Amino acid sequence: MEFAELIKTPRVDGVVLHRPFMPTVEGTLCLTGHHLILSSRQDNTEELWLLHANIDSIEKRFVGSLGTIIVKCKDLRVIQLDIPGMEECLNIASSIEALSTLDSVSLMYPFFYRPLFEVIEDGWQLFVPEEAFKDLESMTDEWRLSEVNKDFSVCPSYPSLLTVPKDIDDESLCKAASFRHGGRFPVLSYYHKKNGMVMMRAAQPLTGTNGRRCKEDEKLINATLCAGKRGYIIDTRTIAVAQQAKARGGGFEQEANYAQWRRIHKAIERSNVLQEGLIKLVEACNDQSHSMDRWLSKLEASNWQSNVKEILTTACLAAQCIDREGASVLVHGTEGTDSTLQVTSLAQIILDPACRTIRGFEALIEREWLQAGHPFQQRCAQSAYSNGKPRSEAPVFLLFLDCVWQILRQFPCSFQFNENFLIMLFEHAYASQFGTFLGNSVAERLKLLLSQKTVSLWSWVNRPQELERFLNPLYEPNNLVIWPSVAPQSLLLWEVPLQMHEMPKEHMDCEISMC
Amino acid sequence: MSCTEVWWSEMEHIRMPKVENVRLVDRSSSRRTQVGTLYLTATHTIFVGKGSEDRSELWVLHSLVCDVLKHKASQNGYPLIIHCKNFQVIQFIIPQESDCHNVYISLTRLSRPEKYEELYCFSFNPNVDKAEREHSWDFLDLKAEYSRMGLPNKLWHVTAINREYRVCDTYPADLFVPKSVTLPVIIGSSKFRSRGRFPTLSYYCKENHATICRSSQPLSGFSARCLEDEQMLQAIMKSNPGSRFMYVVDTRPKLNAMANRAAGKGYENEDNYCNIKFQFIGIENIHVMRNSQQKLIEVSALRSPSMGEFLMGLENSDWLRHIKSIMEAGIFISKAVAEEGVSVLVHCSDGWDRTAQVCSVASVLLDPYYRTLKGLMVLIEKDWVSFGHKFSHRCGHLDGEAKEVSPVIDQFLECVWQLMEQFPCYFEYNEKFLISIHNHVYSCHYGNFICNSQKERKDLCIKEKTHSIWPHLWENKLDFMNPLFKPDQSQNQGLLRPRTAPYCFKYWRRLYNRFDRELHPRQSELDCLMTVKEETQQLEEALALYEQKLAVLDKERAKTLYMQKGVLESKQALWSSPLDTSLANTPQDYIGGFIGGAPNVFTLQQGERESAELCLFGDKPKSSDADNSDQESGVADFSSHSSGEESLPSEDSVKDPDSDETGPNRA
Repeated sequence: MEFAELIKTPRVDGVVLHRPFMPTVEGTLCLTGHHLILSSRQDNTEELWLLHANIDSIEKRFVGSLGTIIVKCKDLRVIQLDIPGMEECLNIASSIEALSTLDSVSLMYPFFYRPLFEVIEDGWQLFVPEEAFKDLESMTDEWRLSEVNKDFSVCPSYPSLLTVPKDIDDESLCKAASFRHGGRFPVLSYYHKKNGMVMMRAAQPLTGTNGRRCKEDEKLINATLCAGKRGYIIDTRTIAVAQQAKARGGGFEQEANYAQWRRIHKAIERSNVLQEGLIKLVEACNDQSHSMDRWLSKLEASNWQSNVKEILTTACLAAQCIDREGASVLVHGTEGTDSTLQVTSLAQIILDPACRTIRGFEALIEREWLQAGHPFQQRCAQSAYSNGKPRSEAPVFLLFLDCVWQILRQFPCSFQFNENFLIMLFEHAYASQFGTFLGNSVAERLKLLLSQKTVSLWSWVNRPQELERFLNPLYEPNNLVIWPSVAPQSLLLWEVPLQMHEMPKEHMDCEISMC
Repeated sequence: MSCTEVWWSEMEHIRMPKVENVRLVDRSSSRRTQVGTLYLTATHTIFVGKGSEDRSELWVLHSLVCDVLKHKASQNGYPLIIHCKNFQVIQFIIPQESDCHNVYISLTRLSRPEKYEELYCFSFNPNVDKAEREHSWDFLDLKAEYSRMGLPNKLWHVTAINREYRVCDTYPADLFVPKSVTLPVIIGSSKFRSRGRFPTLSYYCKENHATICRSSQPLSGFSARCLEDEQMLQAIMKSNPGSRFMYVVDTRPKLNAMANRAAGKGYENEDNYCNIKFQFIGIENIHVMRNSQQKLIEVSALRSPSMGEFLMGLENSDWLRHIKSIMEAGIFISKAVAEEGVSVLVHCSDGWDRTAQVCSVASVLLDPYYRTLKGLMVLIEKDWVSFGHKFSHRCGHLDGEAKEVSPVIDQFLECVWQLMEQFPCYFEYNEKFLISIHNHVYSCHYGNFICNSQKERKDLCIKEKTHSIWPHLWENKLDFMNPLFKPDQSQNQGLLRPRTAPYCFKYWRRLYNRFDRELHPRQSELDCLMTVKEETQQLEEALALYEQKLAVLDKERAKTLYMQKGVLESKQALWSSPLDTSLANTPQDYIGGFIGGAPNVFTLQQGERESAELCLFGDKPKSSDADNSDQESGVADFSSHSSGEESLPSEDSVKDPDSDETGPNRA
């Protein structure tokens, strides 16, 4: 397909761009296959380059022959374009609509993007499971790297290499996989060096209504316990939700069959509920009534902050079991690709100082999100402004970043990266020139040949000239476990992604870097 | 009555000077307690922990206590809850009911003094001589402040009419009025205003001659008018040659102002005054504000609330809505003065609550000086202390009318804090400064905020008998500095234009949860930056020194051995640890005692309990040690050190900070 077919009017002069907190810019609007570009064609003025893939929805308005297009982006920016001429405006609008809703992944910009920088360190090769396993091997010999999923037939959403207890053979793994939702059998997520305790993750067990059990599954997770020790299963769903899941073939671990484990239920919302929360939150931020009561009640009704609190609390609980109770933990929800990953990744940030460095955080995202099979493409297909019927969109990753930000605010000197780094990840998860967040699993990414056809986000971010603006000048490595407060009084609203302020505290950052 | 007599009479109220085996309960977890001895003195409640080595102490000033409550008996004894005006809540458990009752009766009486002489500031006696004390009262000079503004000048001068407080006993002695008004006009106008509070100058803008004036409401009733008052306003308007009208801002809701008309008071009729534009602003009265803050305090004190409970509580308190309305009033006035160059007369009913708030918020927005340490002190001294904000009534210093109490000054300090959140680089001071002022407004430790007017303070000889807070704060200014302050940035020269979208107003956790240390960030950006700044300064000083020495050495061609010794010494001093994560590096109760299933009650054995260490915020304050005043009712932080336990440890040991987790910068 040719993009040119979709572009009826490639260029309009005299377009006025309005952005919140910034002066208006008049210039020429150009549409390309992947970008909306506005340039004043003067020196020293910033041009707007907006990826079509970043556009969540548009609105058209007309006053006489002056058309206005309001562009609402997935990264929650809202911009307004005043376009002289009704026909031009309609053409531009329909082109944007068509170009921003292209379904085929292979038409996405990352497949066309050619970097203007030399790739010195290929991000695709940076975080391979073998390397992570080498680190593990240096600490313990209880684990092995299994190739049971090398053709992705045991579990399509898992990577080809998985860390499992040494004593469990591949055959048992296959049996355990058949007992877990989507084949996601329990695998190692984190090894706590200090006391040798581990965190595993999985999907829900398929006990169904008649209480099916699977000896291999039981054996698999029991193999992670020391003699006489108990472990904790953290189910991210409430007991009621977990009960209901039985009717659909899912369920939870029965005490009788998992006598060495104690189950704890938490209440992290399912992804579709999270999506509603984001929509309501954004609505509340855009409320024009300026009434304090309305703002606070809308904020409350969005449940956004409640979700942040619940996710953080669950992660803290998992970390507490491991570090303070000296117990191993298994985390799962339903599919094991959303709330489970939020919890396991946040727990590692709390426990493991390495995850608070830039490299370590990148590795964490690679391990616990990309390779662990968080369906980025589905979850980030639309955002808060979408008019379309939601399919499987959900701000699962944004909530994770929000939780990281909360910990960062409470421990401002313990992270090597700053808020900008989190914002950058949020933006690239929704729309990017890099291939990192395309696809829903390792298998899909391989099939798309992403590592050959696209550039990795990490190849770009890790260049010293880019890294600079993501560094936290207050960072002092802190080897401790960091316990955040999860009290409502302590949790703040993360305003930056909500576009509530102009480049917030930028002056503060430059002051800090001056010191 | 002399101080000694007062002291003896207060001693009489102490039925129980000492109680043993009292438990101090940690608010963040009622399972953690500390056993010790409770002492009641004439001025303080003191709790001394029974730690073997570190005898930690908690001191609470009686004047900071706003409420003492007895709760139903628990298994350990009889709980006594003390609520303080600085939002600290302390819970003791006293073994014997009679002891508890005696402490309760004593404290109730001691915390409600009936006479000014009973207040702490009259017995507070730091080790300074008389000259020094008098000098402390000269630290701020309002005359100098008016001359900083550019007054007197050819249009404004000081009137001596109120020197003896005869025209208005709640106003200061020195007042600025337009030169053109005659004494009969002032007197006539004062008779037409509630409590004689005639229009007078609060702030003068040198650049464009616009002013902020203040008064009380006119006694207009439904139709009364007063020629002198009209002339007064006309004169104020004319003293701003650039403008053809002035604003009259009534900070009350219109309905309240109209109701006042029935009582012969009310507001200005635009028809009677030439060239005024009249405006209602709609800030609620002191009773609404008192109830609102009460609700806010309840919300802030909730123990592990859900997010919904907290946000609903915040909304229902209406507190932030009130803060927003005060801020908006300040913005209106500051814009009128700075952008339109128009003078503004502000009043409410009596002109000492909302008027003080709004004038001072507008001043902070208008003038960068008030965003400096000294400037904020001066502003409070001028708009609040001198203009007769009724501190004694509003803060409840003496036992009396509960309906007079209202957090009017709290709201002003909070408006400044909200501005600091929006403009982090434009304030010389940090939030500790605001919190410290808040504490001292209520503590009665210094004489500044005693009484309801300048006249009362003069009659009571406050300056002769008490000390002033301002030099004390100034001496500790290093603690109150904002490391991000950029005084010379051009944006900081003019008017601040804060945003007023509802989400720009935040809950002030540092004030309302001041003593709940577990709720605050575990590392402080502020402290960290201050340390970096100090280190930089030291390095620069060292550098300058070495450059000097080098120059000398160059000249004399002497040996350099001497210099190297100096380098080593200064290096050690420079890299002192800036961070303190040790203070809160323990997990909260994330599950509500689920873990283990085993009984999660306090299971420490007696021996362990005694070895548990109570670490209190601040050392033992002595009255001579002015520096400790802020910490007198310090927060208790419990970190029980129990010995290790096997398998599934109890809740308490879960919270034990392991020795390797006490601080990142131990090395």
